[in-house]
Amino acid sequence: MSNTPLGNLFSALNNALDSKVASALGLRKLLVKATYTSAFNGINVATKASKVFTAPKKQKTAHRLEATKKSNLFDLNLTEDQQMIQDTIKDFVAQKITPVAEHSSEERKVSAELNASFNELGITYYSVPEAMGGMLNEKATVTQMIITENLAYGDVGIALALLTPIGALNALVAYGSPEQQETYIPPFLEEGSRMVASIAVNEADTLFDPFQLSTKAEKKGNSYVLNGEKNMIPLADQAEFFLVAADVEGKGSQVFIVEAKSKGLSIATDRGMGLNAAEMGKITLKNVEVPATALLVDNNNYNGFIDHIRLSWCALAVGASKAALEYVIDYANSREAFGEPISHRQAVAFMIANIKIEMEAMQVLTQRAVSRAEQGLDFSKEAYLASVLCSEKAMEIGTNSVQLLGGYGFCRDYPAERWYRDLRAVAISYNGMHL
Amino acid sequence: MNLEIPKGLQNFVDGAYALARTTFRPISRKYDELEHTYPKELDLFAAMLNGANDGSGGAMGGAKGDGKEKAEKTGVRNGGNMSNVLNIQAMSYGDVGLLLAIPRQGLGNAAIAAVANEEQAKRFEKTWAAMAITEPGCGSDSAAIRTTAVKDGDDYILNGEKIFITSGERADSVVVWATLDKKIGRAAIKSFVVEKGTPGMELIRTERKLGIRASDTAAITFTDCRVPAKNLLGSPEINIEKGFAGVMETFDNTRPFVAAMALGCAEASLERTRDLLKKKIDLNYKTPINNVKAIEAELYRLEAEYEASRLLTIKAAWMADNRIPNTLEASVCKAKAARVAGEITLKCIELCGSLGYSQNELLEKWGRDSKILDIFEGTQQIQQLIIARRILGKGSSELK
Repeated sequence: MSNTPLGNLFSALNNALDSKVASALGLRKLLVKATYTSAFNGINVATKASKVFTAPKKQKTAHRLEATKKSNLFDLNLTEDQQMIQDTIKDFVAQKITPVAEHSSEERKVSAELNASFNELGITYYSVPEAMGGMLNEKATVTQMIITENLAYGDVGIALALLTPIGALNALVAYGSPEQQETYIPPFLEEGSRMVASIAVNEADTLFDPFQLSTKAEKKGNSYVLNGEKNMIPLADQAEFFLVAADVEGKGSQVFIVEAKSKGLSIATDRGMGLNAAEMGKITLKNVEVPATALLVDNNNYNGFIDHIRLSWCALAVGASKAALEYVIDYANSREAFGEPISHRQAVAFMIANIKIEMEAMQVLTQRAVSRAEQGLDFSKEAYLASVLCSEKAMEIGTNSVQLLGGYGFCRDYPAERWYRDLRAVAISYNGMHL
Repeated sequence: MNLEIPKGLQNFVDGAYALARTTFRPISRKYDELEHTYPKELDLFAAMLNGANDGSGGAMGGAKGDGKEKAEKTGVRNGGNMSNVLNIQAMSYGDVGLLLAIPRQGLGNAAIAAVANEEQAKRFEKTWAAMAITEPGCGSDSAAIRTTAVKDGDDYILNGEKIFITSGERADSVVVWATLDKKIGRAAIKSFVVEKGTPGMELIRTERKLGIRASDTAAITFTDCRVPAKNLLGSPEINIEKGFAGVMETFDNTRPFVAAMALGCAEASLERTRDLLKKKIDLNYKTPINNVKAIEAELYRLEAEYEASRLLTIKAAWMADNRIPNTLEASVCKAKAARVAGEITLKCIELCGSLGYSQNELLEKWGRDSKILDIFEGTQQIQQLIIARRILGKGSSELK
């Protein structure tokens, strides 16, 4: 290898790193840190959580959104409301997300301006019951899917960042006790402020299984004591609280509300292959004590909690796959080779036809599971199968969109490499999102 | 949004499954072995279906969206296309070869239902019509048909050879595609109902096939075969604008039906495989797919593919019922369901090992039967071509 130009470059770099001169100047440390540490993980950042949560204790029962049977007939039409929301999000994506998607990925964050304009859309209200100041009087899981899918059409990382607080909010509406709802929901609806919370299920280990968690919550008197580590958490550094999944002996997996400023909780950046704009981090829990009332999702609801998370990632996958499909269609029609557009070649055209076929497949499977959830039907099997299919096909679509663009696909000036990186998370992540 | 089948319709379809289990399955192997023998048990089905389907053009032809169930408020229909798709899947779950062999349920009757004028519809009401498009030199490229029809007085004289005619030996008549003028191409292609026994029409062989052996597949030659002009379906005028399009539109309605056949084979294979494996697998639909046994992961994956194909097929039928153009979706569901059925039926044989390969089980048969479904009524490649042309906005001269 050292005889090739690339080999020579690596040798030179190694020499530089090893050289006593560099070491003496502290250069080696700097280089290593610049190359690895800071880029990937390990920098502890002071938590910015500042909110003090207080519960007024007026609410007697939890506000739940009721499931309603929509229709006896098979029907793929959107309601007027759903159509309106879809149109709104599409406009928003075209004006505010698509133009900044690349920049946002490079900057590894969502700008304050984008966050503010998303807040102005009032999407948060589509998660909250009317009785608590929101827009809903029944379950709107399909609407949540539409929002997610259409935001992801713009950019998966940005969609994840924008929807992570809403994911936590949806979980509070679905599972929260009266006290939890009264304490944690109103801040999401406060004018002019942006409340951030994040679902944290993943753990940095091979063969991770959300039903076999290493993070433990131990009941001690009137408290739970949590120990463990969660990674790949969107907006970890900004979250005021986390919804942390932990194993409780004899009970299995449950979810706890853990405020970011809790003693024993530390946050570090934890970048991934993609999803740059979602500012992922990891949290370490060392003897973090929470009151028994912090239990949000018990073992009876945990399966449904995970299924809603799986489906939200499916919706992200569908939206991004649609964007990839449209992009490769335009590219293949405009890129010429051998005197004609490359779309005139079956080798290219059939790859694109297959993206269409699989995107449609992902979509109907996701729609069925989500509509069952909304109608209060058992949807566990459907959600699992949707997740199985979306994981595989989304990765395939990400990979093929790069391949179709050739060398340009490999360049960060084009969006395909983002789909390549971002869509790989669909198979892995149980964090952030919850329809 | 609701992707469940209405209860009333589901009850009806459950009946079709029961019928498939009790009547098709017991004779499935028998007629796989007795190739070219008409399954006489089908007479009963023909009588039943003719009663149930009168005027709809048969199991594969009821493309009219007759709104069996209609929502009062939204006007959404779950009609004839949806119920056909579900029933065809149910019967194919029993045996797709036998389904294809049921009198009067084939493409020929579908074509008559779709294109015939009022007088013809009435005259051919009772006929069992097979469909003859393919020729030795033209399959997918049906515009390249060489069989000719030349007007002579009140008749047309047909000359040519047709192959791969499903039920061509058993049917009462054959709908033959022929060109009025080879030079004009697509627009000059017309279809003619040729009744069995017409002089000049000769059955030259029935094919020996990999699967669907209960269904006969004939080759027929036409030598100066005189057919009454009134047997030309639709308009005799050569309309360059839309002549061929009308003929091809028949396929928008029938592709989901072939997808449904594929789903039936796939469903049968998956169900039997899970049953044979039930003591050795634990499908909890919870554990991440990389953390389960290889065989469980495979079964999850195949089920997900099956479910997606099923919903795509119902979606295409739902669009037809609600008069939403579905050329693209019809091809998407056909392409997906047919290739998934091939994968599922063959994988199931493999997963069950030598038991799956054995003729003591029907798995090996379903693995043979399913292959045709990715070939007839537009191969996988033709479906991809249709889809690609549509989404890329390309004509046949650009994307060949």
